Amino acid sequence: MNKKVADAHEAIRDIEDNMVLALGGFGLCGIPENCIAALVEKGVKGLTCISNNAGVDDFGIGLMLQQKQVRKMISSYVGENAEFERQLLSGELEVDLIPQGTLATRLMAAGYGMPVIFTPAGVGTEVAQGKEVRNFNGKDYLMEYAFDPAFSIVKAWKGDTHGNLVFRATSRNFNPLVAMAGKITIAEVEELVPAGELNPDHIHLPGIYVHRIFQGSSYEKRIEQRTFRKKS
Amino acid sequence: MALDKNQIAQRIAREVRDGMYVNLGIGIPTLVANYIPDGVNVVLQSENGLLGIGPFPFEGEEDPDLINAGKQTITTVPGSAFFDSALSFGMIRAGKVDLTILGAMEVADNGDIANWKIPGKMVKGMGGAMDLVASAKNIIVAMQHVNPKGESKLLPACTLPITGVRCVKKIVTELAVLEVTPNDGFRLIERAPGVSVDEIKQKTIGRLIVEGDVPEMKF
Repeated sequence: MNKKVADAHEAIRDIEDNMVLALGGFGLCGIPENCIAALVEKGVKGLTCISNNAGVDDFGIGLMLQQKQVRKMISSYVGENAEFERQLLSGELEVDLIPQGTLATRLMAAGYGMPVIFTPAGVGTEVAQGKEVRNFNGKDYLMEYAFDPAFSIVKAWKGDTHGNLVFRATSRNFNPLVAMAGKITIAEVEELVPAGELNPDHIHLPGIYVHRIFQGSSYEKRIEQRTFRKKS
Repeated sequence: MALDKNQIAQRIAREVRDGMYVNLGIGIPTLVANYIPDGVNVVLQSENGLLGIGPFPFEGEEDPDLINAGKQTITTVPGSAFFDSALSFGMIRAGKVDLTILGAMEVADNGDIANWKIPGKMVKGMGGAMDLVASAKNIIVAMQHVNPKGESKLLPACTLPITGVRCVKKIVTELAVLEVTPNDGFRLIERAPGVSVDEIKQKTIGRLIVEGDVPEMKF
């Protein structure tokens, strides 16, 4: 049951052109920095990326956009990235914008073995175009399908060799949901410990959803909006 | 005198009741947290996975793993809890969040809201706004009464792609507080100090209901 791999390069070795990937993180918080760097180095192209955001120009998924590795983004908010805007307007990049809760729950549904979800988000808007609407108890809901990514890539705070994961603060965000959706799930962690060292009561995501795990290095953890209060 | 952004936030803070769970959007709504009256205890929800948003950190104490939905560094208050994004929108969808305060580009007099897209210009995305407006029990919009071109943002029908239908309950602008009655239009509740009913009428092109003397807001 040892799922440990040496590093990001070994973890992503069989990710190929034109695959569908799901990536964890909210903005730049909790993104799998090591795997993104390895994907940039490997140069795989034509990717579809399911990720709440698309990074910024020079960090996160923005690095993959710079290298024109992404054909399509499936996201809820992409407002922090000028290169993204340029590629979108020039037609090089396709984007599917979906409500954030719908994105999260479509990932969750994949991990729960449920083919669809019903959500009121987007009813009566252009998001509803072409989708089945059902009325339950007097309220309309859209039917949305579970995602089915070939690979999921997440970042956790701690993990063990069985793939059990513990997240920290708001860097949890989409990570456990992305992890449960992948046919193959890769987790990079700040600290990898032998199975048995983590308290089973404290596991946020059980290792059954994780196939490869490694201890990452040199985390930059860039902050998008550094906001302070003054000492009085 | 029209209200400034902080006064809009201050006026909205009076709508917040003790014991509420509240989601604050980006911009003016974030400022509402600064004006919640003493003795009113609320828990602020951040849709990226936190109940119990605290103030911004002191310089040097910022934590890259701890941000709000606007990607700003924050702190937590005692009694806070972290969770994943599906649970976050689960509690929103299930109606556990009592009040949602958010900005808008347009509001229609039936309560439709548009705040996520301007066709032909940059499309940033809806983020969590569509989920919030589809499920929140009480939605208050904080916005300017007119757009930068001077055109009313309170309309008979939205011209921009909508975020949600018949969902806005109240609007606070620099000129007025209005309640949305989906079948009858915007009901004028209060006006900003020194702002006339005529000015509000002139800048509201959706149906406007004015009954009796409309009180001025007090600060």
